[in-house]
Amino acid sequence: MTTTYTYKEVQSLPPEKLVIEGVSKTFRTERADVVALDNVSLNIREGEFVCLVGPSGCGKSTLLNIIAGLELPDQGQVLADGKPVNGATGGRMMMFQEPALFPWLDVLGNVMFGLKLKPNLSRKDRREVAKFFLKLVGLENFRYANIHELSGGMRQRAALARALAPNPRVLLMDEPFAALDALTREQLYGDLQHIWQRHRKTIVFVTHNVREAVCLGDRVVLFSPRPGRIQEQFQIELPRPRDINSVELAKYSSEIMRALKRHMRAEGEVAE
Amino acid sequence: MRRFILAMSFFAALVVVWEILVRKGVWNPVFVPSPLDVGRYFLNFRENSLLEGCWVTVKRLLLGYAVGLALGLPLGLINARFKFSEDTVGVLALGLQTLPSVCWAPLALLWFGQTETAMFFIVIMGSVWSILLATDAGVRSVPPIYVRAARTMGSKGLHTWFKVIVPASLPFVVSGMKQGWAFAWRSLMAAEIYVTILTGFGLGHLLHYGRELHAIDAVVGIMIIIVLIGLLTDKILFSPIENFMHRRWGTRKA
Repeated sequence: MTTTYTYKEVQSLPPEKLVIEGVSKTFRTERADVVALDNVSLNIREGEFVCLVGPSGCGKSTLLNIIAGLELPDQGQVLADGKPVNGATGGRMMMFQEPALFPWLDVLGNVMFGLKLKPNLSRKDRREVAKFFLKLVGLENFRYANIHELSGGMRQRAALARALAPNPRVLLMDEPFAALDALTREQLYGDLQHIWQRHRKTIVFVTHNVREAVCLGDRVVLFSPRPGRIQEQFQIELPRPRDINSVELAKYSSEIMRALKRHMRAEGEVAE
Repeated sequence: MRRFILAMSFFAALVVVWEILVRKGVWNPVFVPSPLDVGRYFLNFRENSLLEGCWVTVKRLLLGYAVGLALGLPLGLINARFKFSEDTVGVLALGLQTLPSVCWAPLALLWFGQTETAMFFIVIMGSVWSILLATDAGVRSVPPIYVRAARTMGSKGLHTWFKVIVPASLPFVVSGMKQGWAFAWRSLMAAEIYVTILTGFGLGHLLHYGRELHAIDAVVGIMIIIVLIGLLTDKILFSPIENFMHRRWGTRKA
């Protein structure tokens, strides 16, 4: 079996540039209106790895959903390479905290799902591409495994392969590693950085783990809750691949942690 | 293989005990035939129209059930999708499902007379509502995250329905199909015992005439056949799907 990458046509697509312009979103519930996002603007360069950090309920997942086209903002808009986003298209792939793999398909079937929606690929191409990405995440021997037979970390790897296989220009990740054990998570930090460096993509990564954000992101964007707003941004100037346990990384994360607590105190919230 | 032999020995022992009890006169042979009598009844299938009865009944059941599926599955999908359907057809289905399906027999006879159509009608009415409701419930139980994941991969509209929602609701749908099958089977037997249809004598009729002629070997023999047909359909129709689901979803340890 060869693992040569035969996916040149789509592979040549450059990562997308995202412009978020004055996005607001309010959720109306019976008891009260919750302002999830209040006039959020953010520019994300093509190929940039941006981490959105903030406490629970600060609207960062909502922003991700809006970028994905799964939800519409009340005000403002998201531009992907200058074109307004108004629906999910398959060009911006989303990964969730749960793997959300389809239990009625085997691992290969799951990875093929998005590929089957690409009309210009032949059957052979699809299998080739799926195998390539399964190898990339280290699951080439679990191609025909059922989802329930995989461990939590393997499931999230399979979900990563599924998200990468159709070669999206943007990868949106909503706390994808939060439910995993520390060891598996550290391994996946390495894998994700490696994949991102090799297959340039714009990645927006949501987390409430500051260290994780510093380890992965070119830039860390700090959100505050109710209403969700951007408070501060930090450029992370560290060489890659980064080790989450390194001292340099700890300096950044403690600085961001301090900022986070300061903002929360200012908002009258109790720090965690 | 070992399990198979053990099971077979169990049934063989059951038949032997039965035979002994009848021979010793513990069970009155007027009310309980000996297994040998029942066996003789089975072997006599050329004259006692047992085969024909099986064929008539199974044909009615399969055709009626197929129509029940053809109506129930799409209606269930529509019901889960459209509020209007949920408020109208959904309520109707819920109500009619509680009606024991043999209650359709008088109406079917008035509408269609003593015809095959009446039988089909009873079988369809017996199966369609539970299939519809199970499909509906299955679709509603699909975790929304599957749909969201599929949408970010570019799936939409009918593709999402048939590639995500329908397979995701399979466990519910199959249990609804089984329930529909059971209801159809029961209603058909009740109808066949109750109503004479001149175009074909099904197992229910044979059972009925067995009683009238006091042919106890026929009565017990036909009951055994009815049980066997039920077992066989379960093994042929539903076991393959269920095994697939258990393997994929990991719901049963092999």
